[in-house]
Amino acid sequence: MRPQATGHGPQDVVTIFEKSREGRRAFVCPELDVPETPVAELLPEGLLRESPAELPEISEPEIVRHYNVLSKKNFDLDTGFYPLGSCTMKHNPKLNERVAALPGFSRLHPLQEPRWAQGALELMWRLQQQLSEVAGLPHVSLQPSAGSHGELAGLLLTRAYHEDRGESRHKVLTPDTAHGTNPATVTMAGFEVVKVGTAPDGGVDLDDLREKADGDTACLMLTNPNTLGLFDRNIEEIAQIVHDAGATLYYDGANLNAVMGVSRPGDMGFDIVHFNLHKTFTQPHGGGGPGAGPIAVSERIEPFLPRPQVVRRDQGSNGHSEPFFDLDFERPKSIGRLRGYQGNFGVFVRSYAYICSVGGDGLKDVSETAVLNANYLRARLAEDGIAEYLPIAFDRLCMHEFVLSGRGARDQLGIKTLDIAKRLLDHKVHPPTVYFPLLVDEALMIEPTETETKERLDGFADAIREILEEAKEDPEIARNAPYTTPVRRLDEALAAKRPVVRQATGHRPQATDR
Amino acid sequence: MSRYTSATDADRREMLDAIGVGSVEELFRDIPENVRQREPIALPDGMAEQDVYDHLRRLAARNRHADDEVTFAGGGMYDHYVPALIDSILQRSEFLTPYTPYQPEISQGGLQSMFEFQTAIAELTGLPVANASMYEGPSSVASAGYLAKLENGRHRVVVSRGVHPNSRETLSTYAVGWGTEVVEVPLDDRGATDLRALADAVDDDTSAVFLQQPNFLGTVEDLGPLAEAAKRTGALLVCSVDPLTLGILKPPGEFGVDVAVGEGQSLGNRLDFGGPSFGFFAAQERYIRRMPGRIAGETVDVDGKRGFVLTLQTREQHIRREKATSNICTAQALNALAGVIYLSWLGKRGIVELGELMLRRTAYAREALGAELVNPGPVVREFAIRLPDLDAVCERARAEGINPGHRLKYYYPEYADCLLVAITERRTRRDIDRLAAVVQSVREGVSV
Amino acid sequence: MADESYPEGLLYHPEHDWAKVDGETATFGVTWYAQDQLGEVVFFDPPDVGSQVSAGAAYAEVESVKAVSDVFAPMSGEVTEVNEALKDTPEKINDDPYGEGWMVRVRLSDPSEADSLMDVNAYKESLGS
Repeated sequence: MRPQATGHGPQDVVTIFEKSREGRRAFVCPELDVPETPVAELLPEGLLRESPAELPEISEPEIVRHYNVLSKKNFDLDTGFYPLGSCTMKHNPKLNERVAALPGFSRLHPLQEPRWAQGALELMWRLQQQLSEVAGLPHVSLQPSAGSHGELAGLLLTRAYHEDRGESRHKVLTPDTAHGTNPATVTMAGFEVVKVGTAPDGGVDLDDLREKADGDTACLMLTNPNTLGLFDRNIEEIAQIVHDAGATLYYDGANLNAVMGVSRPGDMGFDIVHFNLHKTFTQPHGGGGPGAGPIAVSERIEPFLPRPQVVRRDQGSNGHSEPFFDLDFERPKSIGRLRGYQGNFGVFVRSYAYICSVGGDGLKDVSETAVLNANYLRARLAEDGIAEYLPIAFDRLCMHEFVLSGRGARDQLGIKTLDIAKRLLDHKVHPPTVYFPLLVDEALMIEPTETETKERLDGFADAIREILEEAKEDPEIARNAPYTTPVRRLDEALAAKRPVVRQATGHRPQATDR
Repeated sequence: MSRYTSATDADRREMLDAIGVGSVEELFRDIPENVRQREPIALPDGMAEQDVYDHLRRLAARNRHADDEVTFAGGGMYDHYVPALIDSILQRSEFLTPYTPYQPEISQGGLQSMFEFQTAIAELTGLPVANASMYEGPSSVASAGYLAKLENGRHRVVVSRGVHPNSRETLSTYAVGWGTEVVEVPLDDRGATDLRALADAVDDDTSAVFLQQPNFLGTVEDLGPLAEAAKRTGALLVCSVDPLTLGILKPPGEFGVDVAVGEGQSLGNRLDFGGPSFGFFAAQERYIRRMPGRIAGETVDVDGKRGFVLTLQTREQHIRREKATSNICTAQALNALAGVIYLSWLGKRGIVELGELMLRRTAYAREALGAELVNPGPVVREFAIRLPDLDAVCERARAEGINPGHRLKYYYPEYADCLLVAITERRTRRDIDRLAAVVQSVREGVSV
Repeated sequence: MADESYPEGLLYHPEHDWAKVDGETATFGVTWYAQDQLGEVVFFDPPDVGSQVSAGAAYAEVESVKAVSDVFAPMSGEVTEVNEALKDTPEKINDDPYGEGWMVRVRLSDPSEADSLMDVNAYKESLGS
């Protein structure tokens, strides 16, 4: 029987601008306690705004209702399973928000003098120590704001390192399984992308790497385990090839959740590592940020780290009787700044609290359980009734994530990975990452994380089985899914062809109309 | 079992059985012995939640924050009042914990908020298209430089010394990757961008010109003539703007600015020692396909219902990869949500009222302090003064529980004896009078 | 969307572009296969009139929602006309890839380049593989 679309929530989609009514307000301006000098006497006419910005005129109760209702149209991690590959959607500890809200952190001005920001600077320094330990590399900068920002830092550091040695190199190698941010960053950093192939076992093609790693290679960017969820067994040899060519080895830390306490990127031979605090270290994703992308580097890269660095000046120096935490701007070889102030400090607070909570022993348990959960789910999805439709891309032990191919379902049942993803929405789980990596046909990248129970994993496997069986009977059901979400499939082609990227308001002609 | 995981011994046995291995250790057999960690992670063991909390609380207590002192510190981030409704909405799991809206059917809350945010930024800046957020101010400035480079391929950028020092430095750092020369134009003796110097600096190989409004010293720049000089040879004009002053200042779109960017912290976001906040990025229509970042667009679903999706994704890294308009992936969605809630809370009239309040209090403060003005021209919420006894003023102020402002000496050696004073709606006349009294007392050499 | 077809009388380039040669001028576009791979076309970014195109080199980009593709010139020459209608209705590339979905008209610099292109049978064969 074909499902009926139910949807929920109000049928009319109305933006907050459309709820505006002249004269309504939420803000009450504090009283003017200084002379009411006419604005025209304080600002020249040519610089005065003539027509006001058409912001909404709306009361507090209506603002609250508006956003509460909107929130209920989102599926979120606190509500259900979210096995997005490469995103590490693990539970966000609720303690995080409580500590981040402490006024000593949240009400601290970024330009407060270090002597009155010792708690904050010490937290940053300690977080640096924690991350350094996990990475197995001695020096950390917390400045980058996200993973791709960390990648940019890494490549600019690489450039500075080579130039300092009197060398000018133009190419950066990335595997063809790399996340899109890698090649995008390469271009932004002024290098040329050279793709390295993937071997049949899913690791880097060593022959291809040997051929391409030469005196013009600045860096190889890798994730290990890679985006197929596979640990590259040849990592030592890869490091050797890259270092023999004089290049740096960069670790994209998106998949760090698989190896904490088990293997350190520094020991694998990496020179520069970025962390995604919004993945491995429980900063809530917020629907698209904020995050943070701190980097850890080897000794030879340290001189080039962004400015300022958080340092600890020991007792007795600078006239201090205790260790003193400071911002060090005296860094002559630094690549400079990548952003303002010190970085996303509020994110550091949360990640720091998390690492303190689980501890060194706990981090290893995190990775072990993440890998256990992933392999268990992989085993469940390798059962008959599923495996023939969703064969695994690389049939070997996975780490914290694995990739299935939907080609079986497409060829035998007439449903694509997209359809499976949309039907999963009706099962109240978030679909896995789809159509990435590009190497795998109809890819489904699944990362359960360590915070899911065995029952949740079983439930997901059951949902997949149900969708496939349903498709055997009637593939149209999945093709037209979802049915129970606030909206159903959306016309993305229309949105791209005739982009409408703002609400039309009032009298101003809307330049985006076509 | 560590905090937040649930695998019991029984669970583990069942799972290992299903996988077909004898131990968890075996799951890591692909990792070569040589790169296995032999020692445990050298960090303390996990702690009970209450102990973590106490530890963090003690760290927090060692910071002097904006409730501990009356602060006149500005320089890009400000002590504005963040209304309570923002906290209550942002703490909702449905906004706090989901991922980027790649599955739009279950992300309409997030996507519609982005659409509303984009609208608000477009309205404020007077530019037709805006994206759904950037990391923060300075890196947004640099991103605008990247757009200009992709647009015209020229090799130089010109930037006013009035642009935030962090923005100038970030731009320089990024520019190394583009092979772009960064040329700085000085401020004149009134703390505004030197028009003549700007005009001289702009040549045929200038890709973009960067201004800030108000500039770092708080000067309201005379954008008309500056814009004309900047665009003479076809360079893009980028203006970093303070969004909260756009209630009363003429918006960048009306000066022919190509791209407006800026720091969003003053819109409903906490100080948080400098982050997270958000950056915004708005531009003329013709740059829409070159813009960085996520963009939410309106469409309909199969039932004809109005809905929102991430659109123009072919600009972005996950599709265009090495030819992307930016590498940005995770941005600052939650902080941007705070921004649009704040702008809705202020409202059409509120932002004007707030602007006028700051304007008047700033005028009052400038007069009350009675010091030599570095930038005597128009200001809205921030200004710089020269004080011969600056050290003494700062010390006296601190002793009185006042943070008198930001000392300019590190970033502006030419203003080494100068103080940048910021006035927000939280700085009352009484606060200002107290600061003025401190300045006066030092000037007169007496103790208060 | 159109039904699969590969007209006679056109010449084909391995990157799934077609050329209709008319003496010294030619019209270029993409084949049914190309538009089918791309999905619904949402944007076509044409080159400027007067610009040069070179055989085998990309001269434009065509976008669907989830993909971007280079468009390759089968032959060299100067662009004399671009299909302005594709600005508002890029889906013509899907619906009528050989007719209303034409992309550019070019004054050929070397008509003998036609010899290196495939005829319809050779192209259809190359697809089969």
